[in-house]
Amino acid sequence: MALKLADYKTNVHNDWCPGCGDFGIVNALQMALAEMGIQRDKATIFSGIGCSGKTSHFINTYGIHTLHGRVLTFAQGGKLANPEMTVVAVGGDGDGLGIGAGHFVAAGRRNIDMTYIIFDNGVYGLTKGQASPTLKLGEKTKSLPSPNTNYNVNPIGLAVASGFTFVARAYSYDVRHLKDLIIQAIRHKGLSFLDVLQPCPTYNDINTRDWYAGEDLAKESMERHSRIYKLEETHFDPVVHYADETEIDEKLAQALIKSLEWGNKIPIGVFYKNETISPFASRLTDKIPNYLENSPAKQKISEDGVPTTDVTSILNSLKV
Amino acid sequence: MSSIDFSWLIGGPQGSGVESGANVFSKVCAELGYQIFGKREFHSNIKGEHSYFIVRISDSVIHSNVNEVSLMISFDAETIFRHYDEVMQGGGIIYDSDLQETSTDSVRALDNHFKERLHKDLESKNKPFTISGVLEIAKEKGVHLYPVSFKKILSSLAEQTENPKLKGMIRMYNVIGVSLSLGLIKMPSTSLLQSIDSIFSKKPKIAEINKLAANYSYNFAISKFTNFPFTLMGTEKQKDTILVQGHQGTSIGKMVSGCRFQSYYPITPASDESVFLESNELLEVYHDRPGSTLVIQTEDEISAIGMMIGSSLTGTRSSTSTSGPGFALMAEAIGWAGMNEVPIVLTLYQRSGPSTGLPTRHGQDDLLFAVAGSFGDFPKIVYSSGDIEESFYDTGRCFNYADVYQVPVIHMMDKFLSSSVVTCKRFDPKKITINRGKLLDTIEGEYKRFAFTDDGISPRSRLGLDNGIFWNTGDESDEYGHITEDPQMRIKMMDKRMSRLDLILKQIPENEQIISHNIAEYTIISWGSTKGPILDALEMLKKEGIDIGFIQIKLLHPFPANSIKTLLQKAKYIIDIEANHSGQLGKIFKQNVTREVDYFILKYTGRGMTCTEVYQSLKKIIENKAKRREVLDHGS
Repeated sequence: MALKLADYKTNVHNDWCPGCGDFGIVNALQMALAEMGIQRDKATIFSGIGCSGKTSHFINTYGIHTLHGRVLTFAQGGKLANPEMTVVAVGGDGDGLGIGAGHFVAAGRRNIDMTYIIFDNGVYGLTKGQASPTLKLGEKTKSLPSPNTNYNVNPIGLAVASGFTFVARAYSYDVRHLKDLIIQAIRHKGLSFLDVLQPCPTYNDINTRDWYAGEDLAKESMERHSRIYKLEETHFDPVVHYADETEIDEKLAQALIKSLEWGNKIPIGVFYKNETISPFASRLTDKIPNYLENSPAKQKISEDGVPTTDVTSILNSLKV
Repeated sequence: MSSIDFSWLIGGPQGSGVESGANVFSKVCAELGYQIFGKREFHSNIKGEHSYFIVRISDSVIHSNVNEVSLMISFDAETIFRHYDEVMQGGGIIYDSDLQETSTDSVRALDNHFKERLHKDLESKNKPFTISGVLEIAKEKGVHLYPVSFKKILSSLAEQTENPKLKGMIRMYNVIGVSLSLGLIKMPSTSLLQSIDSIFSKKPKIAEINKLAANYSYNFAISKFTNFPFTLMGTEKQKDTILVQGHQGTSIGKMVSGCRFQSYYPITPASDESVFLESNELLEVYHDRPGSTLVIQTEDEISAIGMMIGSSLTGTRSSTSTSGPGFALMAEAIGWAGMNEVPIVLTLYQRSGPSTGLPTRHGQDDLLFAVAGSFGDFPKIVYSSGDIEESFYDTGRCFNYADVYQVPVIHMMDKFLSSSVVTCKRFDPKKITINRGKLLDTIEGEYKRFAFTDDGISPRSRLGLDNGIFWNTGDESDEYGHITEDPQMRIKMMDKRMSRLDLILKQIPENEQIISHNIAEYTIISWGSTKGPILDALEMLKKEGIDIGFIQIKLLHPFPANSIKTLLQKAKYIIDIEANHSGQLGKIFKQNVTREVDYFILKYTGRGMTCTEVYQSLKKIIENKAKRREVLDHGS
């Protein structure tokens, strides 16, 4: 039965602030699931803690709202046990790059076939606007007592350095473009990462919707002034085409350099895509040949309450 | 207690093959029909620090070590300095004669605390601070000394085989030591050679050389050593006996119980279990294609528990294994699992805390933390095993409890168990049953994951199941799993979850909750691995006509207070035996049973209890010579 967009929505009351960039992300995610025709009960949205953590409750698929910083751990466990399931993990930049940064790096090294979306707004909204990992050094958003004393994390750079094999950035007010990127990310064979710039209208008074739109720049010039531009509209080729180390190194370096662009020109789109790196599942099938057909979730472990695992040979080896 | 009761100690620097030597020795003795209880002690160190292994051998069932050593084999000086005084009158020490003049100061691994005590002792006995000095003391006590030059054994061997390379093969000292010991006690050598073959089955050349060395040393001892009062020629072999290592009870138990996902972060003494599971990741399954255990080494313990929960949500029986420090990191997620009614089994191999504590030593310090671990009120089960054999069957129970009650289960194990090697009855997988509780295979119509039911347990869907969509959240939730802050819903949901504690006490059979070994005027309460030394001590007392009761409490949370209260009605004095400082079980007992513990026997040196010291302190209690709190300290 073909599903419509409305089928992916729950009737849970959404309590995000009016104008919140999160709405665009949840909409795009629902659109992507609908467009791909993914059955609702074959997908799980895992979420972290914070405003973005509530996302899983608004989407009518399996939804697991986990712990602060730990969303990737739950999501990976679910995907490893049931590899047929479509898994999308979502969370804020504080969740994923602050408290959860260790898991972010470790997940990259594994390259499990799933998608991670960071709602990136530079503040901890739900605790009233403290500085989060992507806020720039010296910036003072409105509820900070003094300017930020920490250097910012570069999510794209960290992702490519950690082994993510699909790394992209989107802007939450460009919902169609975001939806297309989500589809690409889900289709990607390996761990995909999407950094979504998402203005927090309540606490981030620096990186606002108007700022991204370049309203301040418009005063100085009559030309096109949006800060955001799309990589696919340039000559930027993010794809690793051959399993060749030199090419991989070049594409990684190119992504890292590109990720440093900020200020008056902010690139969105795919920074890096490499399907020549083995997804984790194929590393597993190398040692457990039937892992995918007979995954942990599928295995039959008993018959009428009697265990079916045969440990005779192990017990024989202990026999005296 | 039995006609044969022989304890053999092998010691040496870590990395010198002490453990494999002990494994060969244990295997040989077990093959000849003896019952084995072996225990390894080691430093938090890779190479060089002192480690030792005591193997106790008997022709009847034993559960622990004794204080006295019958025969010690050492190929380094440190072992002699540290253990010479444990060797009994009439016992023996085989030692490297080239070490005779070694002084305490030249053994750099001897720490100052120990050296000070040793020097004081030697000084008072007017002996030099050397190996000769301590050996003289041993000799005066009536210990037989058997000097052997290990170097000469190698060079004679090299000459005999015309293979000069053998001269430098000091890695064979362990096999030489084992073989000298077996020769001395006149144990038949056939199974020695077989064990070497099986240990080096992938390196036939190494096996050959080791067998040569073994043969030579064995015959050397037979021909040169005399006067040793112990001979162990073998005894009647018990049917269906296995020789198992500590972690194998829970790991094989996990395979049989259908655990198909284990995530872990390396930590002593828990990781052996995960490594064993991964080494045996491909599983044979009756009438079906092969199965597998997916073992994932994670970046930390938080990830380990997160992954385990994620996996369990797919309906997969999932587990992790850790020790105190790792368990602390898992605390928040345990609460999440409790809140979302996710069945997980967490095997907690305790060691000595607090903090890093004694990282490779034994302790039962984590009981209160396991019971209270994680903030907020939620139901969980804390269950403990008393020995390796129990741990196999208990693992099966833990998975059933988790599935049936949809709660986290913490399975308490410890370092005493994990580094023991014992003979026991072959595990019987048929005695493990699998009960998945209200886990659903199909769903039709509207589904609510946290639907209110008569017994407070809701039918459980799993991620990916058709029509089974649900939500989870660490927040309070409604029946669908969506966030709610409604005060009335909060009451209903809290009551629903917490009602499980009573259900658990009501439904789990009493003999799974508590094992009553006997009730007497003096009755011991205890939990976990103290079972072994207690049983052996009680046997010793029984021979003297002293009858002491013992109840082993397996279910520690929820606490079976009523059953215990009833059981203990006839007991006049309660003795709490535990390997921790504060008598943690005693606290739980007092709070729930509202009765005082009369005596505590505690040990927190990080070394496991021996039956000898438990026996001694119980005797003191009976004779009314004991303090309320007896603290044990045997073992180096």
